[in-house]
Amino acid sequence: MSTLMLLGPQRHQITIAEALESLDEGPCAVITAGWQERELEMAELEGIGNRKTINLQLHHRAETIFKDDPDFREEHRTNQRRIKHLQEIYRIRLNHTLGAVHDLMARAKDFPADVLEHELEDAMVGVRALDQHHLNHMRDIHEDFQEKWRVSSRPHARDHHYELTETLESCTAVLIAGGHVAVLLNRLRLLDLEPFIREKPVLAWSAGAMVLGERVVLFHDSPPQGPGYAEVFEAGLGLFDNVIPLPHANNRLQLDNPTRVSLFARRFNHASCLTLETGSRVDRVDGKWIPKNNIHCLREDGVVEPWEGP
Amino acid sequence: MGGTVSLAIRALEQRKDLNESVIDEFIEDHDFPIVEGNTITFAFRGKVDQVSLQHWVYGLESSLSLERLRDTDLWYLVLDLPENSRIEYKFDIVVGGDHRWVHDPFNPQIAHDPFGFNSVCHTQGYETPSWTYQDPESRPGSIEEHTISSEIFGERAISVYLPARFRPTRRYPLLVVHDGMDYVRYASLRTVLDNLIHRLELSHMIVVLTHASDRLVEYAADDRHTRFIVEDVLPYVENHYPISPNPKNRGLMGASFGAVASLATAWAHQGSFGRLLLQSGSFAFTDIGENQRGPAFEPVVSFMNAFRDNPGRPATKVFLSCGTYESLIYENRSLLPLLQQTGMNVRFVAARDGHNWENWRDRLREGLTWLFPGPLWMVYE
Repeated sequence: MSTLMLLGPQRHQITIAEALESLDEGPCAVITAGWQERELEMAELEGIGNRKTINLQLHHRAETIFKDDPDFREEHRTNQRRIKHLQEIYRIRLNHTLGAVHDLMARAKDFPADVLEHELEDAMVGVRALDQHHLNHMRDIHEDFQEKWRVSSRPHARDHHYELTETLESCTAVLIAGGHVAVLLNRLRLLDLEPFIREKPVLAWSAGAMVLGERVVLFHDSPPQGPGYAEVFEAGLGLFDNVIPLPHANNRLQLDNPTRVSLFARRFNHASCLTLETGSRVDRVDGKWIPKNNIHCLREDGVVEPWEGP
Repeated sequence: MGGTVSLAIRALEQRKDLNESVIDEFIEDHDFPIVEGNTITFAFRGKVDQVSLQHWVYGLESSLSLERLRDTDLWYLVLDLPENSRIEYKFDIVVGGDHRWVHDPFNPQIAHDPFGFNSVCHTQGYETPSWTYQDPESRPGSIEEHTISSEIFGERAISVYLPARFRPTRRYPLLVVHDGMDYVRYASLRTVLDNLIHRLELSHMIVVLTHASDRLVEYAADDRHTRFIVEDVLPYVENHYPISPNPKNRGLMGASFGAVASLATAWAHQGSFGRLLLQSGSFAFTDIGENQRGPAFEPVVSFMNAFRDNPGRPATKVFLSCGTYESLIYENRSLLPLLQQTGMNVRFVAARDGHNWENWRDRLREGLTWLFPGPLWMVYE
């Protein structure tokens, strides 16, 4: 299994070059599809670590495929609409299910701790079951779509796919930038790149790190609208399943609120919920996670502490 | 009203050694007005015959006299005010029969408006929202100036806010803001847009800032104005900028008479704008009898009465806000169920504030991000 490096946001401190030092020499494939129409504005990544960088232009390629293959585009849109509906239904259900957990925790003082704890855990089981149900549903939809509309079966997309796999083959590592997580995931899936990325050392940051896990968890504790409940948005590429990357956690989560921290960690207790801030880095080598710099973990007791590894 | 022995002003009053230097020290040691729980002490010092507090809180007497502290030149007034309140005020001082309105010399908090500025009292719990201050992290948008040749109004200037990293190849939502540059000057609109867009809470959008030559006439549901927006401004902006054609991505916004203009435009041209942000709207109406608010309101009342009879569905989503210290709170609260009955998605927010620009500023985040949500949940750069 190849090396995987999850990094913190790169806007204020670029740490990619340093991370690349441990890898073999050679060009890097760059995926900036999450930047959407700004995909090619990657001056800060040009020649990073004195390496040749090749932008795979997934966003642009997908647009071209949609334009050249109207049947595929229409089917893809229909599928996306279905996904959106399911996400909305999941969100409605989640607001009630998770809302009950929040209400119980907010009223912790009204009940004996042992009585509450049992009920709380049971309520949390319901939340996890809903998350899992949604995740399974998403996986099924993508599998169905891939079966019927695999890019390798579409003449226009097939050319792009082959070109991309050849490029990936020639590169030493893959860099996956952040941005719009849904767009990034969509493009990676659309061009069926997961099996090829899996074989290469990968450096990913922000949304780039999020899409690589078995599930993509969206999160914000203080949005201007709504209760701010984290949601399982989608099935990710599945390169790992025991970590949930949380880029910009300091800004997006109330890490000084033990109740919210505890809720998050308990809900996703199958994994380590790790903050990714500027300068953060955690590596996965031979299936083992190794925290390198500034990685904190959300604990079930509501504390956020430096992570020593699983 | 208010006043207990524990108040700072009471302690001062009871001092036996009360003299000039004790008062100097008292002023030096306190922030004014003094906020002690829900009790607020306003103070003025000077050799005057009379001082009164002039404010714009509907429900309180508009002029409240300050008392002289014993035989000193310190005047004070103790008021109980609810928490989370924001109140603008001035002092009316009388010397030799002459009245003069002045700001509170001990209070550095001021709020500007087109008529000058007022002193501001924040009660317990109120904090100026962080997103109204310039954030060095935010990429600034730009404002471009244009002149429109209108058959209706002749040459008219408009300003157009473009978000940071604007790209002509992308389609943007559009918001037309009445009294746009006043919003920029007095409600920090440009900073708010930069910050909310930077925070991903608000969609990258194009904002047209319009200006009226006589707002009390043009904004009073004047058919010329509604046509100017739809027949002149909209096509001009469409020709010059990449605007989304979908009404759900097009909105109108305004405060006071600007809110009337927004509602009237959307009502007269249904299907053109899907989003309305209406702040402290001057939505005067009559159930019976004459309009009591003066001649400027006559056309507004005619419009609102017609609208109330036949509201139609001027938009699909409406954000309505009003200060509870405004006389217009009655009209705005009355409008809410009417708008809801049309099937529109309506959100109403009341705040303990008055008819002023900082009230409108403080509601911008909630209103704008509800009408034009940004990709906050989706983007992790």
